[in-house]
Amino acid sequence: MSDDKKTLLEKVRDFESRTGETTDSTPDLWPGARENTANILNEPRKLSEPLSEIEAQKRMTSLTRRGFLVGGAAALIGIFGWRWMPQKVKDDLLTRTFEFNERVSQLFYSPKHLAREFRPDQITPARLNSNIGAEGELDAEAWRLIIRGVAGQAGDLVLTIDDIRRLPRTEMITQFKCIEGWSYIAKWAGVRFSDIAAAFPPKDINGGVGDVTARPDELPPYVYLATPDGQYYVGWDTQAIMHPQTLLAYELNDEPLTPEHGAPLRIASPTKYGIKQIKRIGVIEYTSERPRDYWADPNNGGYDWYSGH
Amino acid sequence: MAKQIEKKHSLATRWMHWINFPLLAMMIWSGLLIYWANAVYSLRIFNYEIFHFFPPEFYQFLDIPYRLAEGLRLHFFFMWLFTINGAAYITYTAFSGEWRSLLPVPSSFRRASLVALNEIHLLRSKPAQGKYNDAQRIAYTIVILMGAGSVFTGLAIYKPTQVSWLTALLGGYEWARWEHFWLMVLFVLFFAIHVLQVAVAGWGNFRSMVTGCDTVDALEPETSDISEAMP
Repeated sequence: MSDDKKTLLEKVRDFESRTGETTDSTPDLWPGARENTANILNEPRKLSEPLSEIEAQKRMTSLTRRGFLVGGAAALIGIFGWRWMPQKVKDDLLTRTFEFNERVSQLFYSPKHLAREFRPDQITPARLNSNIGAEGELDAEAWRLIIRGVAGQAGDLVLTIDDIRRLPRTEMITQFKCIEGWSYIAKWAGVRFSDIAAAFPPKDINGGVGDVTARPDELPPYVYLATPDGQYYVGWDTQAIMHPQTLLAYELNDEPLTPEHGAPLRIASPTKYGIKQIKRIGVIEYTSERPRDYWADPNNGGYDWYSGH
Repeated sequence: MAKQIEKKHSLATRWMHWINFPLLAMMIWSGLLIYWANAVYSLRIFNYEIFHFFPPEFYQFLDIPYRLAEGLRLHFFFMWLFTINGAAYITYTAFSGEWRSLLPVPSSFRRASLVALNEIHLLRSKPAQGKYNDAQRIAYTIVILMGAGSVFTGLAIYKPTQVSWLTALLGGYEWARWEHFWLMVLFVLFFAIHVLQVAVAGWGNFRSMVTGCDTVDALEPETSDISEAMP
């Protein structure tokens, strides 16, 4: 503010204090008095001292040159930096960002955060997309679920479908979400993965008997699941597979699973995309190493390994 | 005639404005790669489809099909930069006081319609304004809200279980995706109008977003604001 303006302001203030009348405390910097939003909100104004036209032009030319040089250089660095970044570096950057996003998600993750459940009349037709690993005929009689890494078990734990059906049954009406962007609402019935893990506890990271509820942090951090033929396989973080809405499902909409929907046993969970909800499970393995995953493989596109909600 | 150089845009605002341009472009581009995998939205009137997003030629021309994974990889990288830049802008604008140039007041809506009438040459005079006219204040405030809306609808689609409260607030997963899509359409419309308006406003205005400054005719001493404030 110039000295002139200050003096004037002081005069205004002085006038106010002497007469008890008030004028608006701030002078209008913008024309149009109070009908101007700028004055209503006391928008400041930054003006240089008056300059001759030539001087003003000279200053603007210099500012313009500098501004466009810096801006242009920044734009070129941005464009060519991204274009010329080797594909390998770019792929690594994006994959590592997925892993970073995963850690951020896990920071805010809670098994108490539940996906919404729906009413039976909200069920929508179940959609089919992919059956890799669950294509041919399956001998239902011969099918067994193999679980590796169970405590107190020398070899693999082998379960029949009846063994699984005898475990506590859970039903839920949840939304199945495909990574492509579509979804449907379905009723699933099966065993909570955490109930199977409680009935047949995995070895914990110290080699003892794992405790799903009391010491979930000591469980092996990952679970690997594959179809009997090994054609389709997924990796889950133990945190998400123990979510109360992650089921090993054997029924869809009150009917036994059809082969296309993953008979005899599949994952059903609103905590991850459909690509993680493996059908026709043959093998489950607790592991401390991050398992491979069909769609996370760069050859299959390099989708997010975590793919979690 | 004497001139004054007016500082119109701070350095921070200019950087964040220009950085936002490629970031938003990347978000829209990667979003299209994702959307193609389930391209279900269209513009309808009475069940009659006026325009389907998007016609096959559009996808072929831009080479969009079968790039879902790539789209997701880009989207979930650039989302951080877009969000950080937007959050930095909002924080900066709030604390620097620059919101005074940007926010509308209730009476802005009346003045904004006068601005619009003036722009289509139905009204000769236009309402007094500061750095921005009232239509700009409303538009620039809405576009910031749209940015925040994109972040929140996006989060509701990305983590619908962990933030199920947010997804529910937005009407559920399917609605959140629909809202996320239409915000993108609004961004594109905003961009088109913005570029048109900048072209109409001319070089001095455009340059001020690069240099921060523009020249104005020096204020005459007798029309100085102080004397008007005197009772």
